[in-house]
Amino acid sequence: MAVSFLDKAHTIAPPGYSRWLIPPAALCVHLCIGQAYAFSVFNIPMTKLIGITTPAPGGSWDLSKLIAIPSAAGDWKLTELGWIFSLGIFFLGVSAALLGRWVEEGGPRRAMFTAALCWAGGFFLSAIGVYLHTLWLIYIGYGVIGGFGLGIGYISPVSTLIRWFPDRPGMATGMAIMGFGGGAFIASPLSVWLMRHFTTQTHVGVAETFIALGVIYFCFMMVGAAIVRVPPEGWAPAGYVAPTTSARLITNENVFVYDALKTPQFWLIWWVLCLNVTAGIGVLGQASAMSQEMFPGRVTAVAAAGFVGLMSLFNMGGRFFWASMSDYLGRKNTYFVFFALGTLLYALIPQTGAAGSVALFVLFYAIIFSMYGGGFSTVPAYLRDMFGTRYVGAIHGLLLTAWSMAGIFGPVIVNYMRQYNVTHGVAKAQAYNVTMYVMAVLLVIGFICNAFVRAVAARHHMQQERAGATGVLETTG
Amino acid sequence: MAGNSVKLVLAWGFVGIPLAWGVIETCINAAKLFH
Repeated sequence: MAVSFLDKAHTIAPPGYSRWLIPPAALCVHLCIGQAYAFSVFNIPMTKLIGITTPAPGGSWDLSKLIAIPSAAGDWKLTELGWIFSLGIFFLGVSAALLGRWVEEGGPRRAMFTAALCWAGGFFLSAIGVYLHTLWLIYIGYGVIGGFGLGIGYISPVSTLIRWFPDRPGMATGMAIMGFGGGAFIASPLSVWLMRHFTTQTHVGVAETFIALGVIYFCFMMVGAAIVRVPPEGWAPAGYVAPTTSARLITNENVFVYDALKTPQFWLIWWVLCLNVTAGIGVLGQASAMSQEMFPGRVTAVAAAGFVGLMSLFNMGGRFFWASMSDYLGRKNTYFVFFALGTLLYALIPQTGAAGSVALFVLFYAIIFSMYGGGFSTVPAYLRDMFGTRYVGAIHGLLLTAWSMAGIFGPVIVNYMRQYNVTHGVAKAQAYNVTMYVMAVLLVIGFICNAFVRAVAARHHMQQERAGATGVLETTG
Repeated sequence: MAGNSVKLVLAWGFVGIPLAWGVIETCINAAKLFH
């Protein structure tokens, strides 16, 4: 009974079911897993689990820190804790790539339920890790198991939304992926409030906060799993007439998930996403320091925190705005806007520092981060246009490896180039200039990759009559 | 039809209220940039 509740066959919508219930179902999942962007609020408290007010001294990285000998190991260091988030994002990409087809064929409810189990389970195991002061339990809990929850949860509603909104697929997926950006807005103040509630003079309340978050997120995600439905076969929104022939860059055909890997279109869009994310993610991690160093004495630490918050808002808003706009502009044109406008703005950022204009600096970055978010949210619809709806969620999962790659390259480029400049005597206020020009060049390369995207060759299309029946091996290519 | 409307309000409220709360908190913090 419980298993049948999760079956795809039991999630088919009854007549009269409103498709506008699907975006909130997707948001239930994405708002929860978006917590990942707010994990840094735990970093400082987790360096004081033993010392309480200040980090307890201990040896550097060694085996004793991975096993439960708190008195011998001392408190954890920020560099050790940084791996928790990195592992989570890495396993997001891995799980999305490996389990995309399983998600696609099992339906959204089973995927959302699994994501809820992994995500909450990751928090519970991490709570035990904090309680025992055992770091590897947190790496496995939040990093690996939670990372699988991130990946499965991220792709779980994508194809369902596209099927419910064939008339506006960009807007539909934009709403869900906006939730991933917005999850941090809820998680950050909620986590701070919970830690304050559970912390005493002799105890830092991180473990209890993890348990509370695990319970809250599991319940929230299960609401999404309960609401979500897939449309009946052949369903279309009132007044919508599906095109009978493929448009130039919008296909009516389907491409099998692993056949997509054989197409140049997949790899071109992989680079489009990777380069767009690389340019944004590196700066995102350094936004606070950059704003203070480019405007010394004018942007304080408090104001810089406000700047980061503002950029996160534009990151979130851009996910909805640009994905919705792509329904009218077309996906390829939308990415042309990202790359052309992004190149121009990155090239102009050093001028805002030279001119001492904080307002222009904030304005330019607001637009840049809206396009960074827009890159994430527009790509599912781009994939749907290229490869059809049948395996779009699984193909999207494979494409998210570009995000994992960008998550490594982006921060490395920004951090190391800044350090190189400072070491070689460049003033901190100008230390980011070359980095900005490098980002602009990356976006030019992204523009060129996007320009090469053409319709997928017919030999890669699944045979229509058999694809509907079995959907797996019947490809013509 | 009325049942659908109630479900829609509940579902959107369920995700919209926490999101709005988070956005307001972030806006309050972001306002410090302009002080």
